[in-house]
Amino acid sequence: MENIEQRVKKIVAEQLGVNEAEVKNESSFVDDLGADSLDTVELVMALEEEFECEIPDEEAEKITTVQQAIDYVSAHLNK
Amino acid sequence: MSLQGKVALVTGASRGIGAAIADHLAAEGAIVIGTATSEAGAATIGDRLAAQGGAGRVLDVGQEGAIEALVDEVEKAFGPVAILVNNAGITRDGLLMRMKDEDWDAIMDTNLKSVFKASKAVLRGMMKARWGRIINIASVVGAMGNAGQANYAAAKAGIMGFTKSMAREVGSRNITVNCVAPGFIDTDMTRALPEAQREALVQQIALGRLGEAKDIADAVGFLASDRAAYITGQTLHVNGGMLMP
Repeated sequence: MENIEQRVKKIVAEQLGVNEAEVKNESSFVDDLGADSLDTVELVMALEEEFECEIPDEEAEKITTVQQAIDYVSAHLNK
Repeated sequence: MSLQGKVALVTGASRGIGAAIADHLAAEGAIVIGTATSEAGAATIGDRLAAQGGAGRVLDVGQEGAIEALVDEVEKAFGPVAILVNNAGITRDGLLMRMKDEDWDAIMDTNLKSVFKASKAVLRGMMKARWGRIINIASVVGAMGNAGQANYAAAKAGIMGFTKSMAREVGSRNITVNCVAPGFIDTDMTRALPEAQREALVQQIALGRLGEAKDIADAVGFLASDRAAYITGQTLHVNGGMLMP
């Protein structure tokens, strides 16, 4: 089983159509990976499906980097 | 059979324009789920569509949570909705001076808010599929206005604005969003008009006759097909030349 970080990075790479090597922890979806606003909504939807959780809109807005996504999933998956 | 195997959801499909649209899409190979407000209506739709793998469902688009629940159930049973036709609509005609708040609200809920809710509900599946067709049934009245239909015309014009905005939002995902604006079509809705009013209306139509439900279904079928892949955010007027916007 891959760890959360690897799974998040894989989804980010798939959703945004970038090479997985380009996806760094500090990468910003919009500034570094070229996501538009619809991409970020889709990315959150994909994370919800992968980790079988629901991310509320007000939380989703705060997830703008790969690390923030990893942190959110880590914090909410163990509960 | 250009729509072979695609799941299509048509609201208000028990009679009139909606029934013709459901039949047309089914004939093109789509698996059509048609909705009606009554059990009897849903059963009739089911009988008509079952041969092509479709079904009828009860749906009151104005009821809180009903659209979301139906889309959820349909997607589990048939797969993601690829084609949505927002057709369900009602009239509550009356002169503005006499129009009650309830008449306004009922039209907005059933004719406009339902379009927003159904479109939102099917969007996730369409975005994942990178293919989708949303076709909203507007009205010539939304473009030209009509005395006694301020509420109806406002809702139908609202649908056109909604369509353009949504088309811009989701175009990058290969989802097209368009309206078909019927003119004066021979259905139960227009048969309710007084004979004198019907005759006066026909005078305004270049082709000199009422339209048929099939005329609208043909336009919807075109917009749903790959032949209309490069058309989005548009209102296709099917009105016999009653209005040339």
